[in-house]
Amino acid sequence: MLQFAVLAPFLTALFVPFFFRYIRTVHTGWFVLPIPFVLFIYFLSQMGSVSKGINISSVVEWVPSLEMNFSFYLDGLSLLFSLLISGIGALVTLYSIFYLNKNEKLNNFYVFLFIFMGAMLGVVLSDNVYGLYLFWELTSISSFLLIGYWYDREASRYGALKSMVITVLGGLSMLGGFILLSYVTGTTSIREMIAASDQVIDSPYFTGILLLILLGAFTKSAQFPFHIWLPDAMEAPTPVSAFLHSATMVKAGIYLTARLFPIFGGTDLFFILVTGFGLLTLCWGSYMAVRQTDLKAILAFSTISQLGMIMSMLGFGTKAAIFAAIFHIFNHATFKGSLFMVAGIIDHETGTRDIRKLGGLMTLMPISATLAFFGTFSMAGVPLPFFNGFLSKEMFFETSLHITSTSDLVTAIAPIIPVLAVLGSIFTFVYSMYFFFYTFTGNKKDELPVKPHEAPIGMLLSPIVLVVFVIVVGLLPNLINEPILTPAAIAVFGSAPGKHIAFWHGFAPQLYMSLTVVALGTVLFLTLKYWRKIYNWLPGPLSANKVYDFVNEGQYKLAERTTNSYMTGSLRHYVLYILVFLVGATGITLFVTEGFVIETDDLAPISWPEIAVGMVMAIAAFATIVMKNRIAAILVLGIVGYGLSLLFVFFRAPDLALTQLIVETVTVALFLLCFYHLPKLDTKKQPVGSRIVNMAISISVGVLVTMVAIASHSSKKFETIAHYFIKESHHLGGGDNVVNVILVDMRGLDTLFEITVLGIAALGIYAMIRLRKEEETD
Amino acid sequence: MEILMSILAGLLFTAGIYLLLQRQLLKIIFGTALLSHGAHLLILTMGKLNRGDPPILTEGIDQYTDPLPQALILTSIVISFGVTSFLLVLAYRAYKTNKTDNLEQLRGSDND
Repeated sequence: MLQFAVLAPFLTALFVPFFFRYIRTVHTGWFVLPIPFVLFIYFLSQMGSVSKGINISSVVEWVPSLEMNFSFYLDGLSLLFSLLISGIGALVTLYSIFYLNKNEKLNNFYVFLFIFMGAMLGVVLSDNVYGLYLFWELTSISSFLLIGYWYDREASRYGALKSMVITVLGGLSMLGGFILLSYVTGTTSIREMIAASDQVIDSPYFTGILLLILLGAFTKSAQFPFHIWLPDAMEAPTPVSAFLHSATMVKAGIYLTARLFPIFGGTDLFFILVTGFGLLTLCWGSYMAVRQTDLKAILAFSTISQLGMIMSMLGFGTKAAIFAAIFHIFNHATFKGSLFMVAGIIDHETGTRDIRKLGGLMTLMPISATLAFFGTFSMAGVPLPFFNGFLSKEMFFETSLHITSTSDLVTAIAPIIPVLAVLGSIFTFVYSMYFFFYTFTGNKKDELPVKPHEAPIGMLLSPIVLVVFVIVVGLLPNLINEPILTPAAIAVFGSAPGKHIAFWHGFAPQLYMSLTVVALGTVLFLTLKYWRKIYNWLPGPLSANKVYDFVNEGQYKLAERTTNSYMTGSLRHYVLYILVFLVGATGITLFVTEGFVIETDDLAPISWPEIAVGMVMAIAAFATIVMKNRIAAILVLGIVGYGLSLLFVFFRAPDLALTQLIVETVTVALFLLCFYHLPKLDTKKQPVGSRIVNMAISISVGVLVTMVAIASHSSKKFETIAHYFIKESHHLGGGDNVVNVILVDMRGLDTLFEITVLGIAALGIYAMIRLRKEEETD
Repeated sequence: MEILMSILAGLLFTAGIYLLLQRQLLKIIFGTALLSHGAHLLILTMGKLNRGDPPILTEGIDQYTDPLPQALILTSIVISFGVTSFLLVLAYRAYKTNKTDNLEQLRGSDND
């Protein structure tokens, strides 16, 4: 059954263009809307059995020989995420019907959105690491397509590319981690890997596996310093931001960390990395959110910081912390989804998202204001019983105080953690208030592009549903505790947290921490305009974005400079590279293997006529270099060729001598024919430097050729097969001229293709002379 | 004798490579011609020199030079002749079209 749940969105995506093409009167969104609803109901129906501990699994074979299969598994954690994906997916689809009008490229939008939805379900349901990776990259790609939805905008393309580069970087490193992990454990199933946890921790690859996989999780979940893609992803249509960049995709990294927690949890490295980066992200994200002026940018940094908070709770690794993390995953999805939708409504109804231009919308947009009130105050963790954000934040404070120390290192770090948690939460409070009060209260501004008014009910429906969840979970948290949260916590930690969520814990330390946050946060918010200049020197000119841009542009420049430095366009340089490599490689091999030997016992006797011819040839060869006159050079070159045919005569090769004589004659004739049309020889000398290089290279090539020749002549290992040719030439070939018999009988194919070569050369020459542009004919 | 011929082949290579590194197309073709001469001589030398009569079967002689390298060289001569003539005409056409046979001026532009 599970495979159909994952398949359904992909199939839907397949049919979207047909609806869009043939039924233009109805908004395409209506046709696809039922799918996520049906999925949501399906997952709800599984809730009963999952909470009883009965998990469903199904396998579709893909590449069984490599143990790569689509193996799906539904336990508490997967169920929580599946419900979020299908539920918020349904709400976002509904919202998008009112947000995007029919003139948009709706077919693209819904195809991308449903590919994403299917991929995301695949990520959370996969039990096979390779299946998980496949779906993971599909979410990256569909997210890239959705961010670049308005591809005619420069900023959209920039944001899409940036998110793609960063998340795919992480995805690839995660793949590396998975491969190592399946190598160490000998399985590709996550469940079996968890069972082999000790093996992983003891293996020498443990650090590598953990770092690679966490890099994947951190990039996807926008942890510091990889958070930079998320604010730029806000160029996507708002339904996309609400769905992908707050509720689902950015939690894929959280999901991965939680899913693999049973393998790595409890090790020092895991604690330090996950907690450290989580808290850093929490503080930095909330600090930076106050600086933003775009509503969606505030929400983006807020998402970053909340993800950091969840991540750090996973790092704490205690039973209560895991439970709190899961609770906050749920809460964050509800209030952040609704806030994004509200931001979209404001954008839609006023024409701007710039908080400096907004204000006093309370009376004009009362419903949106109410929704935003619940969303922002829940996000800030204001201690009132109908905000679910407060409950999970309180649990965050509580767990930050109770970190079970497994080593001295953890004990040493533990006291700092609550301080950082409170610090991050103070800024969370400040930006939440900033978001709400600067938008909805204060003076009405008149210069808005659109006259503000309340949104249509269809658009408000989705955020209303989410806010109802905020309130209901805030009031009655135990409603979702038993069926959803506890099974999820069991899936991560292995045993039930036995937690009863209560609003009132008595006068516990976490209450004082919450009150501190509210008190200091209020003070900071009221004095906002006095301390805001702080952003000019922190981060000031430093930012991760600048680093990204620098690296991004730097690598282009570096690649260009490197390529330009050796791809000069000069043939001489390329020939030089080849020759230097030839000399280097052969020379070193000859030296290392001590291959150079001279054997003198099997040499032909020296005869003077041959030496004389050889000397003439050598002199003629060098004369071609220094000749200033074209005809002289050609004739001197001829001397070398005729000398060679003389040598052939001396060395008992009559056919060769004959051919060489004829070919040399024809070649010289050809040279003489061509030279008339070619310019005079270049008498201008190359610069001294080049000439020295040329000389050095050509001499070393010559020396090398001689050495290789002598060495190979001196170490003949086998008898020649010439005896066979000589013996069988007459008998088999019916000829006495052995060379000719070899050419046409024994090795006739060589001859066939040598004829072909000549034919092609002739055709080529003919074509070069005859076929040319009209104006060139002379 | 083989050692001396190896040295001669090396000298032909030296001259050929030096010409190959020049700027003028005609000189480069000279270079390739010298290189193929060197290579042919090398093949012949590697088959051992002067070990008998020419490989044409004759009554009463049982010691012949190795016929296989000769067959190989024969093929090679023809091929290098084809290539050389093609190169020559190419140089001629390149000069006609571009009005130069200097390779430094025959570099492609960035837009090609």
